[in-house]
Amino acid sequence: MNKIEKQRYILDFTLSSLLRRKGRNAALVLVYTFIVFLPASVMFFTHAVKREAALVLADAPEIIVQRIVAGRQALVPASYADRIKTIRGVNAVRGRLWGYYFDPVFGGANYTLVVPEYYPYDDGTIAVGSGVAGNSGSGEDNLLVFKAHDGSLKTLRIREVLSSESELVSADLVLMSQHDFRRLFGIQPAYVTDLTVAVRNPAEYVTIADKIAKLLPDTRPIIRDEILRTYDAVFNWRGGILLVVLAGSVAAFVIFAWDRAAGLSAEEKKELGILKAVGWETSDVLMMKLWEGAVISLTAFLTGVLLAYAHVFFGSASLFEPVLKGWSVLYPDIRLTPFVSAPDVAVLFFITVIPYTVATIIPSWRAATIDPDSVMRS
Amino acid sequence: MIEINNIRKVYNAGVHNEYVALDGVSCSLEAGKVTVFKGPSGSGKTTLLSVLGCMARPTSGRIVLSGRDITSLPERFRTDVRRRTFGFIFQQFNLIKGITALENVMLPAYPFGERRASLEKRALLLFELFSITRRAREKAELLSGGEIQRAAIARALINDPKAIIADEPTAHLDSSLSRDFMELVGRLKQEGKTAIIASHDPIVYESGVVDRVISMRDGRIE
Amino acid sequence: MRKSTTFLTFILLLTILMGFAFAHARARQRADMPRLQRSADLVRLFELTDLCLFTDAQYTRHPAVSVRHTAFQDHPLSFEHFPSGSLSGPPPHLMNHE
Repeated sequence: MNKIEKQRYILDFTLSSLLRRKGRNAALVLVYTFIVFLPASVMFFTHAVKREAALVLADAPEIIVQRIVAGRQALVPASYADRIKTIRGVNAVRGRLWGYYFDPVFGGANYTLVVPEYYPYDDGTIAVGSGVAGNSGSGEDNLLVFKAHDGSLKTLRIREVLSSESELVSADLVLMSQHDFRRLFGIQPAYVTDLTVAVRNPAEYVTIADKIAKLLPDTRPIIRDEILRTYDAVFNWRGGILLVVLAGSVAAFVIFAWDRAAGLSAEEKKELGILKAVGWETSDVLMMKLWEGAVISLTAFLTGVLLAYAHVFFGSASLFEPVLKGWSVLYPDIRLTPFVSAPDVAVLFFITVIPYTVATIIPSWRAATIDPDSVMRS
Repeated sequence: MIEINNIRKVYNAGVHNEYVALDGVSCSLEAGKVTVFKGPSGSGKTTLLSVLGCMARPTSGRIVLSGRDITSLPERFRTDVRRRTFGFIFQQFNLIKGITALENVMLPAYPFGERRASLEKRALLLFELFSITRRAREKAELLSGGEIQRAAIARALINDPKAIIADEPTAHLDSSLSRDFMELVGRLKQEGKTAIIASHDPIVYESGVVDRVISMRDGRIE
Repeated sequence: MRKSTTFLTFILLLTILMGFAFAHARARQRADMPRLQRSADLVRLFELTDLCLFTDAQYTRHPAVSVRHTAFQDHPLSFEHFPSGSLSGPPPHLMNHE
């Protein structure tokens, strides 16, 4: 009880001491909180997106076969499918039809047009993602006009708006029948955009992909693992802007800690002397300084992390919107499921709280070991 | 109570600005008495008080406290002895600004980890003793000269030390407050406390409360 | 109330809130599983390969299946889409030199 009571006394004094310069210390906590808030928000956001990607893309096509001509993606002859079917281990091959449509009418949004294997509605209709519907202010039974490859206009009726709960995969989708797609873009029946390959044994992805590449040298297969790994790597800190944000935070931090470490003012030194003179030991004085650093950093850390959590998972990371939206016209409402990485939070704790606390003690070392005698003679 | 033998205190020994503050001082101070060291500034009074109160280590010589030789105690033990035995009143009083008078008075007791309720009670008793209770929860810088003086004395007494050591306690006080101070010293003496005061103020060393006056000059006792 | 008491209570509160946040995350994960499953179903049904995060360019909308030269687009002087290009980054399988 003795030890705890003593710590509480030291904490009492530390708090009194901090409250003496209310404005300065409040500003310190505020800035520090922000410096924690930013990387914490980024951490929560990117981690949640990655986890969602891993879960949601788990059933993505096993192998995709693209055709590359002069460095660009070109249409794949449907006959390639038959040739791939001959490879041992291949279950099925299907031609995919999909592409992009730039809609100047509604702000210059880009839609991803897809022909699903089973399109349940008639020709002349489409099913759209919630982003498309929202952006064009339309809903079921409304019409959307598309400009075809030959300049003619095609009017398509919206039969269904996909639920916004799947926005992260479907916001910009426009689903239509094969007939409408081919008519819109002028793609002959002999061609498809690319192929998807179903494989019997997942362990064979790489082998079969290699065989496809050998069999059809102008193609490039992509396997499901690579798709998933793409999203593991998205928002990688090494990517330009994230590095800048994090570096900015680290720099601000270092400046803070350096300011602390730069030394104590004459008044602070005198006070430490008085403490020594009235009977505090060097260890007591250092303990006080430790508490000083801890009070500020703990407050800022906890507040920053909590605010970041609220921001990302209750506020849809709205502060990031201008950054993430970039040039996009269609932008999904990012309501992520909270997947939180405790180790990441722990790391953030260690790189923010510990250095700052240490930086508060170090310059005090000298002053704390001062001979109380000198206070008598001041 | 305290006996010092041939104490020398040299600052910056061996360097060009070497300064001999105390040059072979010996004396024996009785418990329960009020002793004043008088002399001009530079005579070594402050240094002597420092050494007597175990705040500074002598360069050479011995200190015996209540029959125990404490000259070569390691710092930790010396600090412990010091805080249990002595209460200090500094020339500038040196209360910490920005915290209340009450907190200032309780400060020296913090490292002992005594329960807050009882510590606060003890402190408030001292405030009452010196008639400054109503100022207890004011910030230290708002106190008047006399109130600061009393708070400083209260602070020196919080750990119930055997002796009070005061360095030029009346230097910043007018005559009336100076006399008040000596009266308070008299009360402490009645309670059996020892007082060791350094002063060149006649109100102090000519006071009836004082039992013994020792003159100092140039680091030696005259 | 004593200052240290106030502060420690405050910190305790924040820590409890953090505990709530973790619990909230757990609960939401469970509650959202059906929704995530439905999204996964769409991925399977429509044979999708990418999340709809950035709709400004091909290589930001479909990074998983973009071609090495996609970023050059139609002309070497074509602009990079920023910040989505920096955020989505080139997929690892394009970075491996096979």
